Amino acid sequence: MKKPLMRVLSLTLIVAAYVPGMLHSSPREEINPRETGSIDSTPAQARLEWKEKYRRPANIPFPEGNSYSKDREILGWTLFFDPRLSRTNSTSCATCHNPGFSWGNGLSRGVGLGTNQLKRRSPTILNIAWADLLFWDGRADDLEQQALDPIAAPGEMNQPLDKMIRTIDGIVGYRLLFARAYPGEPLNEKTVARAIATFERTVVSGEAPFDKWISGQDNAISGAAKHGFDLFNGKAACAKCHSGWNFTDNGFHDIGIEGSDRGRGVRLPLAAMQFAFKTPTLRNADQRAPFMHDGSEQTLEDVVDYYDRGGDVKRLGLAPEIVPLHLSAQEKRDLVDFLRTLTSIDKPTEVPLFPR
Amino acid sequence: MLRTILSTLLLTTTAMPMIAADHEISQANKAFSKSEITIRPGERLIFKNDDEVTHNVYSVTPGMAFDLQRQAPGASSSISFNKEGTIAVQCSIHTKMKLIVHVQK
Repeated sequence: MKKPLMRVLSLTLIVAAYVPGMLHSSPREEINPRETGSIDSTPAQARLEWKEKYRRPANIPFPEGNSYSKDREILGWTLFFDPRLSRTNSTSCATCHNPGFSWGNGLSRGVGLGTNQLKRRSPTILNIAWADLLFWDGRADDLEQQALDPIAAPGEMNQPLDKMIRTIDGIVGYRLLFARAYPGEPLNEKTVARAIATFERTVVSGEAPFDKWISGQDNAISGAAKHGFDLFNGKAACAKCHSGWNFTDNGFHDIGIEGSDRGRGVRLPLAAMQFAFKTPTLRNADQRAPFMHDGSEQTLEDVVDYYDRGGDVKRLGLAPEIVPLHLSAQEKRDLVDFLRTLTSIDKPTEVPLFPR
Repeated sequence: MLRTILSTLLLTTTAMPMIAADHEISQANKAFSKSEITIRPGERLIFKNDDEVTHNVYSVTPGMAFDLQRQAPGASSSISFNKEGTIAVQCSIHTKMKLIVHVQK
């Protein structure tokens, strides 16, 4: 598609040079490379090499100690949405990780027990199967460890784990679900965590226009978005951290956001980790505003402006990748156009009928 | 916790000629070139950043903790250990980068 379109454009421009005004009278005047074609300031080979880094994986990785089964997914799905895991029976995992907000909650900061505002934004669980450490500060080694933390946290679901187990064990329907998912194993904190983790690993973003482009459908995204992709990998250098098919290096960086939250630095007292937070995925990002670990940027345009000015705070731990980018207004628009191609149109998530 | 201990010698430089007792570990594509290595006490372990991104090699192994701090693309840093032991080494930025170092006579 790309070459024929370029030929059409070239021909139109050559003819127009001899017939002034033709572009205004020809049907081809509607052709806009930002909408339909390629804006080639980047060598084609560079773009091809970059594209190779973004192919989707074929399978979801499940750990050896918690292999997948449909029964485990169903159990985890049920527990994930069940508010009876909280002390007040009113807050579930899905309260902060709401599928309607792309598995975040659409707020600048999470809301815990009552109206308690947490200090960070609720991170999405989308594509979390490929994560390494969990939470913005990486304090959990795996999903099985992470799943129990908000349940027991006094400021969040505030439910002591032994009490949570007694509640679930008192529900006949749950005992049946556990027997199917983990036959011969006790209904305890470990099996609850393993079931929730199994479900969370199945939460994967679907095929986005970007994926179709990567797999060879040249017209799946606009010319502007393709230019945005070039900027993302080149001049703007976003891909240094938002790398690979899931657009994250799963790493920790201080990107210069104002505030006293030292993030990863609290857990790992190295100079480079002060004010560092985990790189989030950019998949379906336009469904998860506001942005950053503290929800301080309201739109994707704001985020691009933020990085363009090189962050807000210059301090010892600031990642060297955070420097002014000197993007033009058009380049910023193209970057945002590209980011929007990462969003998949997925089926609405079903909510379970809870066992009684 | 991460104070440099007496038994650990730290050097950092961008141009680091290799000598016979040196062992080089490359960092490329956000991975160490080895997952495990055995060296003798006093031998140098040279970490070379062959990547396009910054790395930060460190360890919190008790008694062997160190922080080579940020390492720009193209830079090298070295460390040696004067006593025997096993050290878990990581990149603080890219947490999947892990290396086990055995120091044996």
